[in-house]
Amino acid sequence: MKVTVLLFARYREAAGDRAIVVDLTEGATLGDAWAAVRRRVPALAAETGPMMALDQAYRGPETAVLPGSEIAFFPPVSGG
Amino acid sequence: MPHCRLTTDPVDPRQAEAAVGGPDRGAVAGFLGVVRDHHAGRRVRRIEYHAYAPMAETILGQVAAEATARFGTPHVAIVHRIGDLGVGEISLQVAVAAVHRREALAACAWIVDEVKARAPIWKKEFGEDGTFWIEGPDGCRAAEPPLRPRNGG
Repeated sequence: MKVTVLLFARYREAAGDRAIVVDLTEGATLGDAWAAVRRRVPALAAETGPMMALDQAYRGPETAVLPGSEIAFFPPVSGG
Repeated sequence: MPHCRLTTDPVDPRQAEAAVGGPDRGAVAGFLGVVRDHHAGRRVRRIEYHAYAPMAETILGQVAAEATARFGTPHVAIVHRIGDLGVGEISLQVAVAAVHRREALAACAWIVDEVKARAPIWKKEFGEDGTFWIEGPDGCRAAEPPLRPRNGG
């Protein structure tokens, strides 16, 4: 299944795009989606410890991804 | 009804305070986060605030609701500015009105900590030493590599 992954802040700059589409197998998790992003974006290959969100809520890497899920990866937040 | 939003416009502190106040509340506690001219030994000229806007607004609303449950303060406003801010401009406003000061002050301080830890918002700092993404409470990554003379050039 193809899913769209949103990237923010430094990850967005590294990818040169707000979102990328990755191809995942059925039953894939957020961790699998992150691994696919790192393969696609060499500048993120060595990146560890992203924050992960599914449908605009924080979730862990074991969380299952469904077709149509809104997936986002980003560095530790620094608002305020 | 909490008043939680992102804005690209300058923050008017009176607006949020007016939104939370009322005749049955004897205390309005407020916090303003302001862009500072230095960070980690560097001079800062301006900060760009970037956000995952829909999730950030959801989180602001969740933090307000949790503060209400935790401190019994239903009158909460959280406003976070995004975009390009100069030194001295307000980036974050929190206002909490309550019957008495103690719960208003406690809720306000708790909300500020939670927003900073949870809202998907990032600072990109511009200054004399370069441009840096600020990541987490202590993290910092150069946004653009510094220019270096080429070997043999």
